[in-house]
Amino acid sequence: MTTVAELPAGFADKVLSAQSTFRSVMDAMARPGTVQRITAVAGTPAAMMRGTAAFALTLFDHDTPIWLDERMSETSEVTKWLKFHTSAPVIADSAVSSFALIGHPRELASLDRFAFGSNEYPDRSTTLILQVESLTQGPAIGLRGPGIDGQAILQAMIQPPDLFERLEVNVSLFPRGIDVVLVHDDAIVAIPRTTRLVPRGG
Amino acid sequence: MYVAVKGGERAIENAHRLLAHERRGDRDVPEVSLSQISEQLSLGVDRVMTEGSLYDRELAALAIKQARGDMIEAIFLVRAFRATLPRFGATEPVDTGAMRVRRRISSTFKDVPGGQILGPTFDYTHRLLDPQLAEGFSPEAPALGEASTAATPRVTDILGRDGLIEPSPVADAGTPVGDLTREPLSFPADRDLRLQNLARADEGFLLALGYSSQRGYGRNHPFAGEIRFGEVEVEFVAEDAGFAVPLGAIAMTECQMVNQFKGSATEAPCFTRGYGLAFGQSERKTMSMALVDRSLHARDLGEEVTAPAQDEEFVMSHSDNVQATGFVEHLKLPHYVDFQSELGLLRKLRKEFSEATEAPPMQEAAE
Amino acid sequence: MNAPTYNFAYLDEQTKRMIRRAILKAIAIPGYQVPFASREMPMPYGWGTGGVQVTAAILGPEDVLKVIDQGSDDTTNAISIRKFFGKTAGVATTTATSDATVIQTRHRIPEAALHGGQILVYQVPIPEPLRFLEPRETETRRMHALGEYGLMHVKLYEDIARFGHIATAYAYPVKVNARYVMDPSPTPKFDNPKMDNCPALQLFGAGREKRIYAIPPHTNVVSLDFEDHPFTRYRFDAPCALCGADDSYLDEIVTDDKGSRMFVCSDTDYCESRQLAGHRGSESAAPHKERAHG
Repeated sequence: MTTVAELPAGFADKVLSAQSTFRSVMDAMARPGTVQRITAVAGTPAAMMRGTAAFALTLFDHDTPIWLDERMSETSEVTKWLKFHTSAPVIADSAVSSFALIGHPRELASLDRFAFGSNEYPDRSTTLILQVESLTQGPAIGLRGPGIDGQAILQAMIQPPDLFERLEVNVSLFPRGIDVVLVHDDAIVAIPRTTRLVPRGG
Repeated sequence: MYVAVKGGERAIENAHRLLAHERRGDRDVPEVSLSQISEQLSLGVDRVMTEGSLYDRELAALAIKQARGDMIEAIFLVRAFRATLPRFGATEPVDTGAMRVRRRISSTFKDVPGGQILGPTFDYTHRLLDPQLAEGFSPEAPALGEASTAATPRVTDILGRDGLIEPSPVADAGTPVGDLTREPLSFPADRDLRLQNLARADEGFLLALGYSSQRGYGRNHPFAGEIRFGEVEVEFVAEDAGFAVPLGAIAMTECQMVNQFKGSATEAPCFTRGYGLAFGQSERKTMSMALVDRSLHARDLGEEVTAPAQDEEFVMSHSDNVQATGFVEHLKLPHYVDFQSELGLLRKLRKEFSEATEAPPMQEAAE
Repeated sequence: MNAPTYNFAYLDEQTKRMIRRAILKAIAIPGYQVPFASREMPMPYGWGTGGVQVTAAILGPEDVLKVIDQGSDDTTNAISIRKFFGKTAGVATTTATSDATVIQTRHRIPEAALHGGQILVYQVPIPEPLRFLEPRETETRRMHALGEYGLMHVKLYEDIARFGHIATAYAYPVKVNARYVMDPSPTPKFDNPKMDNCPALQLFGAGREKRIYAIPPHTNVVSLDFEDHPFTRYRFDAPCALCGADDSYLDEIVTDDKGSRMFVCSDTDYCESRQLAGHRGSESAAPHKERAHG
């Protein structure tokens, strides 16, 4: 059994690390497709990338039920770490989660297993955090929408390969929808529900 | 030559200095101490603790002193401090049935188990100003008697045993009690949130609403089943310890109203409840709260919602005096910019109006 | 006695997390009012508690903060809020629009164009644009859910029928990203076009009403109007008496009781920058400036 002393540490400076991480996340959300860096340092459970860990330490607490995919819940380390540092409840029902941590995005469950919010309260939705292979190299993806001046180009290696096709559900459901944060190491990119793929050649 | 008004920073500093000076008043008069406020203006302290949502007599006394006796300002000070406190969890529900009763009356039964206890009350004082109190008055020691060991069961529990009153809703351990200071309110609101809102609500606002229900705006035939005031134990279950740890005793007032009965073809008629609870001795507050709580039951009971006191959105959105005073008083802040915009529009409309009315009658007015 | 101690930027971390989550949702759903559990702040509701909570949740030690009320850095409430953050967060403050990374405002958008590195935080008294037409939250929430804004158009149209114009001079409603009708806070409608396609992130905080909403950078913001009654800006048709600007929103100053008036920029930083650059109006005096810090 892992003891508290063996768990990876949280932020050294909780207040300022959370602030700087939040600003990176907020900038990412306000400027979809841009790569933002997480500078705060924290210990990370083996299944978690630095960006994911910092995101969790910054935004999770006992008011945010968390869902973990198989990769994240292979061992109990992530659950224990989250519980110890954030007090966030880890739950089995993804449909009522505030955040879902996806360590193995190739196996990402169907999006309708998560919360889209309601038309009255579209904010009551799940934010997906996907750990991906690269956010600086890979095929170019053209994005448009609020937060983007014209078009943003993201070069990334993202799983699942049909992520953006799946996110088209955000078009028909809006204002309901799913917001996504992509993480690779200390880099993050946000794809809020308003972001649209620019068709190739478009 | 025009120079824009400047120096706001110094003006603020000077205003604060002057305020402190005025608060102290004549320096030849001894300064009032917190214990004097807490001991001798104790009902004011109780109100500040109740509407400030923080049980701390000393801080409430400080707030009253700092606010120069302005109760809403004092409540505001306490609330602003409370908002910064870490939250460890919620206590176990207090058992008011086990209250060490200092006052307890029922208007529905002549005698009740445990007896009627008049206790410290203004009720039968003649409201004649008492010059003796002006200075140096030392009251007689209170009459002492043997403390009763008899239990003082709640009158509503006695009625409930025979099914004469609707059952008190049973707390579901799996559903945490709502907290409108942590979660934004949405409508319709459940009773836990309604009661929390009423407990924090302005006493005067509830008094007026309760009064309006008595005068026929959503009448619900209330009886004061019981009002009790005394000390209750507060216990907290720390997750690590796994058992309830006593935190100490606090003074509380509870009022249970017994109201107009309901019933249907399928349901035997029974009385309905209205509930009020507050810190310290706060009888007017708890009675008003109980009246409004019952009025807000209207929707659950299938009654027609016609009166302000029955309108949950109206009551809950306007009951908080810290919110209300802030928004009313914000009209003191500068509004030059929006006023200027309004002024410009009004001048334009007036100009067009006069042009139109002076124009030949054939021409159409601005429609 | 429990002597009070306060966290960086006043708010405790749990409150900041809650507000930060609300801000992210607000950005993801432009113009939608996200409910949040607004805290009691050490200043009255209606005096900027929403803006202060948003600012406190985003502010970091590297930020440079500007606070304006009615466009001015020197109004008492602006000074009070600026001092609050100077004291609780130790951040640098400025009156220069271009130097600020975070600008908290009440009732104005600065005249100088904002840039991408900036965040504009609005103080909002009544966030619900439909509130004056329908007082019930349950109803207005349904209207937003369905995107059913007929009532607002009826109101604007009634204005035209009665006055020949849309009789809304401030807090003029806008539609954000072609979906949500949004209250821009009580800014004069002169400022509305500045919200459209703005490079800066715009955040709105309503403390008493417990709502946060946002306009991401480069987002489409349209003032509601009719084809035959298009939206128009209003400014008093005169140059600023101090700096001569003919493109800025003006305050009217009553100079005697005989009807004499003068008009000066409401944005004091804009006006002073112009005067420092040598621009003069009819009533110019050397600008006498009280700097908040250094």
